[in-house]
Amino acid sequence: MSKINSVGELAELRAAILDQRDAGRPCITTCLGTGCHAYDSQEVYNAFAGEIHSRDLADKVDLRGSGCHGFCEQGPIVVLSPGEICYCHVQPEDAAEIITETVLKNEVIERLLYRDPVTGRRFEREGEIPFYKHQDRLILGQNRLLDPKNIEDYLALGGYKALAGALAEMTPEDVLEEVKKANLRGRGGGGFPAGIKWETARRAPEKEKYVIVNADEGDPGAYMDRSLLEGNPHLILEGLLIGAYAIGAAEGYLYARQEYPLAVENFTLAVQQAEEYGLLGSDILGTGFAFSVKIKRGAGAFVSGESSALMAAIEGLVGEPRPKHINTAISGLWGKPSNLNNVETWANVPLIIERGAAWFKRIGNERNSGTKIFSLVGKINNTGLVEVPMGTPLRKIIEDIGGGIPGGKKFKAVQTGGPSGGCIPEQYLDTPVDFDCLEELGAMMGSGGMIVMDEDNCIVDVAKYFMHFLKDESCGKCSSCREGTTRMYEILDAITRGEGREGDLELLEELAWVMKNASLCALGSTAANPVLSTLRYFREEYAAHIQEKRCPAKVCPALIRYSIDPEICDGCGRCRRSCPEKAITGELNTPLVIDGALCSRCGICREVCHLEAIVVE
Amino acid sequence: MGKQAIERIVEKYGSDHADVLEMLIDIQEKEHYLSRETLQYLSERLAVPLTRLYHMATFYEALSLKRRGRHQIHVCMGTACHVRGAARILEQLERCLSIKSGEVTPDLQFGLATVNCVGTCALGPVVSVDGEYHGHMSASKVERMLKRYSETEANGVAVCQK
Repeated sequence: MSKINSVGELAELRAAILDQRDAGRPCITTCLGTGCHAYDSQEVYNAFAGEIHSRDLADKVDLRGSGCHGFCEQGPIVVLSPGEICYCHVQPEDAAEIITETVLKNEVIERLLYRDPVTGRRFEREGEIPFYKHQDRLILGQNRLLDPKNIEDYLALGGYKALAGALAEMTPEDVLEEVKKANLRGRGGGGFPAGIKWETARRAPEKEKYVIVNADEGDPGAYMDRSLLEGNPHLILEGLLIGAYAIGAAEGYLYARQEYPLAVENFTLAVQQAEEYGLLGSDILGTGFAFSVKIKRGAGAFVSGESSALMAAIEGLVGEPRPKHINTAISGLWGKPSNLNNVETWANVPLIIERGAAWFKRIGNERNSGTKIFSLVGKINNTGLVEVPMGTPLRKIIEDIGGGIPGGKKFKAVQTGGPSGGCIPEQYLDTPVDFDCLEELGAMMGSGGMIVMDEDNCIVDVAKYFMHFLKDESCGKCSSCREGTTRMYEILDAITRGEGREGDLELLEELAWVMKNASLCALGSTAANPVLSTLRYFREEYAAHIQEKRCPAKVCPALIRYSIDPEICDGCGRCRRSCPEKAITGELNTPLVIDGALCSRCGICREVCHLEAIVVE
Repeated sequence: MGKQAIERIVEKYGSDHADVLEMLIDIQEKEHYLSRETLQYLSERLAVPLTRLYHMATFYEALSLKRRGRHQIHVCMGTACHVRGAARILEQLERCLSIKSGEVTPDLQFGLATVNCVGTCALGPVVSVDGEYHGHMSASKVERMLKRYSETEANGVAVCQK
């Protein structure tokens, strides 16, 4: 590939790529995102490739391996166009039939269609499936349409058009103004307006400036950034290039978790391709603009996702937060002005530049423009990535898109905002989801994790879980955070073991106040949120643990007891065989008995019982 | 790890001390741990204080001063996995391998560790072994999963029951 030397040449190349392609030709898209990949979607892809080769169909059918479509629960997912027929749980042995029936004869294979778990109804087209129907997939929707390893796919969809437009027709100030007008708020958690941050970095006196992609997606239960980087790396790169042009940076960094190998691989490849095509380097598209990108891997430290910590990590130091007496936008990486945004924020930039701030502002609500991607996970029927306009009510996300709670269980709470967020109970499900409303409820948007809990989840256990996480991840620099998280964890642990005391809840609140006011970075100052929000809405559940030594959700091992209902048990012996403590005794074919003294409450007997004879009290 | 092997990694990053974390990750992937000799060599080679290298090696979860197993098991402890019962799976693995999280079996066959979130929340609870994901895990599936990786059937894994 020879370098593209001008904006005109980019348009010509795009026209040439489109010319070679037949838009009406059938295309089989197999999701190769990490979720589907874990269900062996690569083998499904290979089976299609084998069939196409052996039947000599290469010039009649296109085959594409794409990034994540978002509907991970149903993987491996295959979408056939034209018609956007969506097949779920596809196995390699289905490939031949799909080609014969659907691709060549236009016949739909009923058994592979998505089936609604509640109504049993089947849906043919992707857009008709309730999970997709109620979404607005401006960013995530592009994943399905391209092979992340192929820059030509991205160009065919209009990729780098926004960059070309910005370089050729806009001054850096124009770009900055557009992003400010769009009111793009940072998708990484804080919701700080990106345009204002960009402006601060641009106006900073130092000549050398940096732009950074924060791909250290550390919130447990959130994986939208992973899917974007894996599925559409050029979109992030284009956003970063536009930002660099607006700010006046010549160098950029991507800092990604080492746990996301495919994201690192695909982004590295995207950078190499962009260099080959002249979209990175000196004199990009003949406009004189120069920019290069380096990729750095993190090695598993939650606190390193904080902006000053991340910059320290890029410098080769330990990724711990630094005091921000001066904003990182003025003095960040190597003391130079540095603008850091997360993956999803950068992904929005090309859309804003191409379609304009006015268009962007029409999506969402007054103070929150655009869409937000959530990872809807936990006790929910349709698990996956969901993109909706900001301000969409929680209930719509959980009930219409998520399809409600599995197994006829009752909704208890939804946890948003990761370890700095909070739990929202049923009575607030009609709250619009945006940066401001969630904060009023004592939760926060965070990077978009949305973990649904049902009646079988213990709220004290969840608070303890987050405190355990934060205690481990606190870097230890501030004693309020280091000791505060540890003490809070000890108190919560004691409560779940039935050793809670009167006054514990008040002590937790007091510790929370100190941590909030005395910690350097957001990890410490927000660490108490999961406890405070659960105390606010579920105080009686804490009280049951402390006063009655009872876990209402029957989760905390020290407060529950397993037994076998002799009326139901048929003595099949499955539980006796699998019990790791040898706590189950009795004659086969007669009701068995659990010895409470030996039982470790691991729950395996309940998992293997075919009659639901195991009772937990 | 031999000096030549370390040198190859150092040169891959242009001997730039700002890339020391990248180098440590590469060495960890190859060696499954960071030895004292390796850290000392790197410290002198890059003129980075040895204390900082030890700080990094103990700060980041992916790095380890102790040898890890040939098959490294990571139990995802993300929130989505937690609400679907990840803690019970970890307990069962600890019971089956007779080691605690963060340890390695005496024959170095299996290492067990937790990870904050592997980002495949839809498959939760998830356990990854050597980078391969096992979704929708349960405590009762642990033994079967371990047998798939066990080099010696009789060793370690067969003692799932007390």
